[in-house]
Amino acid sequence: MIVRISPAAVGLVLALSVAFAVPAAHAERLIVSVSNHRVTVTPNYSGEELVLFGSVEKDASTPAGHTNYDLVVTVSGPRADMVTRRKERKFGIWVNTDSRQFLAVPSYLALFANRPFDAIASPEVQRRQQLGLNNVLLTQRVGPDYADVVPNDAFRSAFVRLRSEHKLYREATSAVTFLTPTLFRTGIPLPAEVPIGTYDVEIKLFSDGALVTRTETAFEIVKVGFEQFVANTARQNGFVYGLVTAFMALMTGWMASIVFRKD
Amino acid sequence: MQLYLPIADIPVNVFLILAMGAAVGFVSGMFGIGGGFLMTPLLIFVGIAPAVAVASVASHIAASSFSGAISYWRRRAIDPALALVLLSGGIIGTALGVWTFTRLRSLGQLDLLIALSYVILLSTVGALMFWEGLRAIMRARRGVAVSMRRSGSHGWIHGLPLKMRFKRSKIYLSVVPVVFVGLIIGFIGAVMGIGGGFILIPIMIYLLRVPTSTVIGTSMVLTLVTMVFATLLHAVTNHLVDAVLALILMVGGVTGAQFGARAGQKIRGEHLRLLLGLLILAVGIRFAIELVIRPDDLFTIRETGGAG
Repeated sequence: MIVRISPAAVGLVLALSVAFAVPAAHAERLIVSVSNHRVTVTPNYSGEELVLFGSVEKDASTPAGHTNYDLVVTVSGPRADMVTRRKERKFGIWVNTDSRQFLAVPSYLALFANRPFDAIASPEVQRRQQLGLNNVLLTQRVGPDYADVVPNDAFRSAFVRLRSEHKLYREATSAVTFLTPTLFRTGIPLPAEVPIGTYDVEIKLFSDGALVTRTETAFEIVKVGFEQFVANTARQNGFVYGLVTAFMALMTGWMASIVFRKD
Repeated sequence: MQLYLPIADIPVNVFLILAMGAAVGFVSGMFGIGGGFLMTPLLIFVGIAPAVAVASVASHIAASSFSGAISYWRRRAIDPALALVLLSGGIIGTALGVWTFTRLRSLGQLDLLIALSYVILLSTVGALMFWEGLRAIMRARRGVAVSMRRSGSHGWIHGLPLKMRFKRSKIYLSVVPVVFVGLIIGFIGAVMGIGGGFILIPIMIYLLRVPTSTVIGTSMVLTLVTMVFATLLHAVTNHLVDAVLALILMVGGVTGAQFGARAGQKIRGEHLRLLLGLLILAVGIRFAIELVIRPDDLFTIRETGGAG
């Protein structure tokens, strides 16, 4: 039996631990919350938008110069292995030839900021803090090695482009809005075909091009009721499920021939 | 109205799926084919994963062909003896096909093989059927009596042993080619994920010389049994049958099939063959174009499994 700790509690604990871990020189603290920690997939689910809001808490030790804050929010969905294949013309027909394996990459990835990443931090910091789709680590099997490649690599850019076309990867550098100098919010759009699982939200606070503090929270997307029942039965009792489906097919066919009987 | 599919993991418009089911059901009822070769590409086009589409379509074809088979049974348009002999080969063929499918999958490039066999099979069968239908219509126009069983055409098939009298079809035929045909259809159906009716019907008409009155109903019995078998196999091996998707398809499919079966009885045989030939040819050409024309996107992504 697994004891389920609510993501809110996890988020709070993480936020507190991060706050204590951060050196005294940067005494800001981030307090964040997501509008819904448990998105349920129901029969009429067709996508949803969550809202993340939070504030920057300062205390006496906060340097006076810290006023212009920048914020980067990274949302990453459950991880999965994927293969990107490239077609090539051979003997007049297009066939899959080369392929690249992406290992444990997020099935959903969204990066939001209050202004362009170039304005927030130097390229070096952007790379280290994985700001932007070009800098996020996407592990690939390249020959015998496991590594990420340069952003303009054909397979990597095709991968990011295809995921973006399905709205599963996105980057928006004007999505985070500061309501007051310390109070912020951002929307997290979840498309209809969003994968089921746990989503990690990482919030990083920058000031003058340097990371000040960070915190994490999470939410989960779950199937409930009938959907979950069907999915579980299919996985655990394949034979019974197949029998029921086949029987359902025969019943439907038989009913139709009764309903539409003319003679 | 949007509905979330539990296995396919995507929301779909119920009315769109219903309409697709009804359209394919109409075609399948009219020609006595399962319609899998139309349904599977349509589902993939709406965004359903190919594996889920193939697995769920099998149960849809089962429902469609069962309601069709019942109405053909009432019209006494099914030859039970012929159906049983076909089935004995069909079951073995399906099992062999599933085994081959699994072997090919582990070797890779299965998608290409499926696409190629679709092109070859659909274009050949479609073109032959279209040509034959056209010739029959021309003969009828010229006033020559159209006879399915040309007298004196006792080919090598009629020289085979183990002859059996199929009363309802009024034919006297060796069981060897019938079992063999069932085996081939079961095999092709399992490998390509189709019912196989569109290949079975011409073979029965041209090779076995089964009269048109019993050909559709009898082939439906074979399709029904092999597809029920396929549904079970898919559910047990890959857990990819989406019962919700299948149910929507079935409801649309059986409704369409009823109207299709009635329309089919009104249209003359040679016209029916001409139309079906055109339809099959069109799907075959579509697959061919996809292989030859440079795709919009050279890259594709496929999920290969979850990770920690």
